[in-house]
Amino acid sequence: MLIKKPDSIKSSEITSESVYLNRRHFMRGALGTAALLATGAANAIPEYEVEKDLPIYRGPDWLQQKIRASERNGQYVTDEKLTPYFHVMSYNNFYEFGTGKKDPARHAQDFNTDPWKVEISGEVGKPGVYNLEDLVKPHLLEERIYRLRCVEAWSMVVPWVGLSLGDLLKKFEPTSKAKYVEFTTLFDPEQMPGQRSRFSTLEWPYVEGLRIDEAMHPLTMLAVGVYGNALPPQNGAPLRLVVPWKYGFKSIKSIVRIRLTDKMPKTTWNQMAPQEYGFYSNVNPAVDHPRWSQASERRLPSSLFNPNRIDTLPFNGYAEEVAELYRGMDLKKWY
Amino acid sequence: MAMAKTKSKWLGYAEWWLVFLLPLVPLGLLTYNAWIFNLGADPAQEIVHETGIWAINLLWTTLAITPLRRIFKFSWPMRYRRMLGLYTLFYAVVHLLAFATFILGWRWDLLLKELVERPYIVVGAAALLLLIPLGVTSTRGMQRRLGRNWLRLHKLVYPIALLVMVHIIWQIRSDFGEQLMYGAILSMLLGSRVYFYLQKKVRVMQAARAA
Repeated sequence: MLIKKPDSIKSSEITSESVYLNRRHFMRGALGTAALLATGAANAIPEYEVEKDLPIYRGPDWLQQKIRASERNGQYVTDEKLTPYFHVMSYNNFYEFGTGKKDPARHAQDFNTDPWKVEISGEVGKPGVYNLEDLVKPHLLEERIYRLRCVEAWSMVVPWVGLSLGDLLKKFEPTSKAKYVEFTTLFDPEQMPGQRSRFSTLEWPYVEGLRIDEAMHPLTMLAVGVYGNALPPQNGAPLRLVVPWKYGFKSIKSIVRIRLTDKMPKTTWNQMAPQEYGFYSNVNPAVDHPRWSQASERRLPSSLFNPNRIDTLPFNGYAEEVAELYRGMDLKKWY
Repeated sequence: MAMAKTKSKWLGYAEWWLVFLLPLVPLGLLTYNAWIFNLGADPAQEIVHETGIWAINLLWTTLAITPLRRIFKFSWPMRYRRMLGLYTLFYAVVHLLAFATFILGWRWDLLLKELVERPYIVVGAAALLLLIPLGVTSTRGMQRRLGRNWLRLHKLVYPIALLVMVHIIWQIRSDFGEQLMYGAILSMLLGSRVYFYLQKKVRVMQAARAA
C-alpha cells in the first residue's frame, strides 16, 4: 500500500522533538545568509523566510502597502549576520509589558496599535494630533540594517523599516527655539501590565529625548516595521525610535507624543538613576556603567558553546557618521 | 508490628529519595531546555539566572527548617537540612561555573575586570566562598571533630544570606518585586531566630533571679 495509514507509522520514524528543534536551530542560522542572498531587484526589500510557526505582524492595510513599496537603503547595510527574526521578536526590553526578556512577547499580544494617533506639539509651526497613517504616508519607507546595543551589554543586528525622523519633523516646521525633541510612550495601565506594577521605580509614561541635531541626523530613524513586516507589539509597534549609536533604551517604543522644546527633556532612566544613565547615553566602551563594564558586548543569539563576545565600538560603530555632533564635548562627563 | 516497621522504613526511603531528587528538577528542566534550544536568544544568561535563583531558593529553604521545628514543631525536615544546604552549595557552584563558562568563556582578563567592576559579583563570590567550608564540614565526622566550634562555624550561613541579598539588590534595574519577596522571607527567617534567642535570654535571666 502506498499511502500509509497513520497507525502504520512506526514511532521510530517520527522525528523526535529535539531533532526537529535542532533543525530549526540550524535553519535559524542559515536564514540570515539566505535573506541576504535573496536580494533580487536593486533596492527591493528581500523576502525574508520566517519559520512557519512564528507569528508575523502584518499591520493595517495601508502599512502593508507602504512596506511593500519600501526600498532598502544601500548606505545603511552591514555584512554582519542578522539576528534571526525569532530572537528579535522574543527577546525584548519593554518594561511596560514586564521586566523579563520574554515578558513583552508574552503580554503584548493583545496590545491595540491600530488606529494610532501621535501628538506633535511644542516648538513647531504645525502642531496637532495626527493619525499615524497620515504621518507615514507622504514618505517613502526604507529598510536599514542597524546594530542595536543594549546598555546591558548585549547586541543584535536588526533590519528595520521606517523613515528618517528628520524628514518627518521638517514637515511640521520646527521653530528656531526647538533645541530638543521629547518622545513619550503610551500610558495605558489597562493594556500595559508593567505600568500597574507597584514595585517599579520607573515613572510612567516613559519619556526619552534627543538634541535637535541628533534628531535631524540622517541615521536617526522612526521605525514602523522590522524584517519586512509591521513591528510586533513587543518591539514597540506601531511607531518607535531607532538611534543606532545610543544605548537601546533611548530608542523609545510605541510613541504617542513628539514634542519639540527648548529645554533638555527629563528622560525616564536618567531621572531614576542619573549617575547610571545619562541624557546622551551614546555607546561608549570607555565609559562604564557603574555596575558593569561597557568595553565589550555579547552579540545575540549567543550559544552555550560560544558567548559571542565582541569589543564594543565607540558610538556603536557609527563614529564616522556621528562623532562630529559631540566635538569638543567631554564624553566622560556627558555620558 | 514487624509489618508496620518495614512499611515505615520503606516510606522513609521513599521520602529520602523524593527530597533527594526534587532539588534536581530545576537543573534537569534547564538542561532539557538547553538541549532543545528553548532558552531564547541568550541561553547563557538564562542558565546563570535560573541556577542563581535556585541556589537562593534552596538556601532560604535550608534556613526555614529550624523555625519550622521551633514554631510548628515540624521536626522531620531536620533530617534533610544538610542535604538542602549541600544542594545550595551545588547550585551556587553551577551558577558560578555557568557564568565563567557561558558568559565569560573563561577569559581570565574579563573575569578579573568583572570582579573589580561589578561589585555585586564580588559579593556573590564572597557568599560562595563562605559556603565552601560549610559544605566541607558538613559530614558527621567533621561535626564530631569540631564539637562546639561546628555550630559556631555554621552560623556563617547568616552573613552568607545577607551577602546574597546584597548580591541581588545591586542588580535591580527598576523593578524590585523579587528582591522584596526574598527580603521579606529572609527577615522572617532571621527574625524568628532573634525572637527565640531573646526568649531564651529572658528565661535564663528569670531562672537566675529565681535562684
